[in-house]
Amino acid sequence: MAKTLFEKVWSQHVVNENDDGSVLLYIDRQLVHEVTSPQAFEGLRIAGRKPWRTSASVATPDHNVPTTGLEHGITDPVAKTQVEALDSNCEEFGITEFKMGDIRQGIVHVVGPEQGLVLPGMTVVCGDSHTSTHGALAAIATGIGTSEVEHVLATQTLIQQKPTLMRINVSGDLPEGITGKDVALYIIGKIGTAGGTGYAIEFAGSAIEALSMEGRMTLCNMTIEAGARCGMVAVDDKTIAYVKGRPFSPTGEVWDKAEAAWRKLYSDADARFDKEVHLNAADIVPQVSWGTSPEMVMPITGSTPDLSDAKDDVQREGWTRAFEYMGLNENTPMQDITVDKVFIGSCTNARIEDFRAAASIAKGYKVADNIKLAMVVPGSGLVKAQAEAEGLDKIFMDAGFEWRAPGCSMCLAMNADRLGAGERCASTSNRNFEGRQGAGGRTHLVSPAMAAAAAIKGHFVDIRDWNAKA
Amino acid sequence: MQAFTKLEGLVVPLDRANVDTDAIIPKQFLKSIKRTGYGPFLFDEWRYEDVGQPEMDCSNRPIRKDFVLNQARFKGAKIMLARENFGCGSSREHAPWAIVDYGVSCVIAPSFADIFYNNCFKNGILPVVLSDAEMDVLFAETEANEGYKLSVDLAAQTVTTPSGQVFNFEVDDFRKHCLFNGLDDIGLTLQQADKIKAYEAKRKVDAPWLFA
Repeated sequence: MAKTLFEKVWSQHVVNENDDGSVLLYIDRQLVHEVTSPQAFEGLRIAGRKPWRTSASVATPDHNVPTTGLEHGITDPVAKTQVEALDSNCEEFGITEFKMGDIRQGIVHVVGPEQGLVLPGMTVVCGDSHTSTHGALAAIATGIGTSEVEHVLATQTLIQQKPTLMRINVSGDLPEGITGKDVALYIIGKIGTAGGTGYAIEFAGSAIEALSMEGRMTLCNMTIEAGARCGMVAVDDKTIAYVKGRPFSPTGEVWDKAEAAWRKLYSDADARFDKEVHLNAADIVPQVSWGTSPEMVMPITGSTPDLSDAKDDVQREGWTRAFEYMGLNENTPMQDITVDKVFIGSCTNARIEDFRAAASIAKGYKVADNIKLAMVVPGSGLVKAQAEAEGLDKIFMDAGFEWRAPGCSMCLAMNADRLGAGERCASTSNRNFEGRQGAGGRTHLVSPAMAAAAAIKGHFVDIRDWNAKA
Repeated sequence: MQAFTKLEGLVVPLDRANVDTDAIIPKQFLKSIKRTGYGPFLFDEWRYEDVGQPEMDCSNRPIRKDFVLNQARFKGAKIMLARENFGCGSSREHAPWAIVDYGVSCVIAPSFADIFYNNCFKNGILPVVLSDAEMDVLFAETEANEGYKLSVDLAAQTVTTPSGQVFNFEVDDFRKHCLFNGLDDIGLTLQQADKIKAYEAKRKVDAPWLFA
């Protein structure tokens, strides 16, 4: 019978089908960080349980780590306690950890693929919603809560209901300057933040095939912002080339066997989906969010919406509250919006390709006078080293950007990197919720190139004009 | 885990869509390594004028009087109403921990984000999905009647209003069973340890790269 990509990976991981239709699903890899794991380890200790298979879990601190002044360690005592708890828990339970100071440390969702810890066809979990990132490697990858982190540590399984399946086809060629981030925001604008609820989404079509692995990771990363359980892209030559030679990837005969298995990870031609969405790549222009939910997004050529265009009262009230919080009015051209700070980083956009794109915009320019802070935060120590080897750090610093150490940073502002009340930020992160980047902070989600251009001009601009001039 | 069987309680109406987990419990409280103590910081940015910090005493903080949780008539609520896509965003289980620590153990909304929905069941919270039209009735009645209470029965899968109107809801059997009995599902899963071991033995042959 014809199977979807999701069904192929899912069926390989079913340990038991329970009477009520749920399944006991085997989990190949668990990524662990400091924020959602301490209570899970505590749960194991209280129950006198040991991890089922320690080699399946790998940890790194990311949410709380400082991105500057690392020689002083973590100065926030509460954050320090949490990172130290991760260190001691990993030591006690025998789990591999890339600690602060290790060049492999970074954002879990950058580190996982980079190290070859995530391989095609795996089931991957992490106590973080952006675990969806790893679906770019044709893995079933889902974010879980702390109780389930403990469940996976103790049993290497999860009790799961099979989700419904959606395929989003993006056909045609992506126009110049359009990135995985723009595709992600465009899709969320179309289907809404609850559009994917209950679904596993497969992204397909020529525009998706044309994306780099980094672009696919950005796209799958934002699948959770559409409410979906996970996002996936089929294996192709790019996937195989990306995985080959990474520290935890197989080698020799095992590699050959693995590659042969991975090459089968695509949806069969007549596989059935519960829902199919068809979009044209040519319709996508650079995206900028204007409100406090990722679905409140506009093309850079557009304006903030007119309240009379809301579909119902609930949406109208949501938009009204968003305008008030964001300090914006209806029908404001997106290019007229000025920003105070710029953040280039996060598990969405902190890979080498992202910094190359941003640096190509910033090269030879200076950050605008109205910008209080423009910061670039690599996703891992290895991304940082690579960028420095290519001279990108120098380009950024010459232009007036700060070049920082790796971590989640101002995506969720758990460390010192945050917005003040009322400050407006062009951010390459994933969430524009109220207070996400600091209490009262105002977030606009964009691609790395769009963020860099906003830093140079002091307001949002159409990156396609920039490219035309260059 | 606290079992959930029947609940009769005061209702607080949070008339907003897309309430995200950053709003439910802001990030500064995620630095705790405990499961308790989050209740005073539930909806911190909507509830207080100042910015909350972990472990602070909330009794003298300036409150936002218009926020529903701060209105005297809703004090002590055990049931919360909300609009679509409640609990979207992060997977942080601190969100249900804050809700249950505040004293709410049932949230009724037209839809929930998946991870949050799942996290509720691990923490003795029953998330109930009703239609938009049914939600409109509950919001209107809650606003109109001070001291408005609902009765929620997990076994019967019903929400009953003071006038005796009954709304039915769906919940899958396994989650219902665990929540109703307050079961630790790790213990249940470990009863299948032999099946997990047998699965692993076969997978090690078929896909050895997964066990390196």
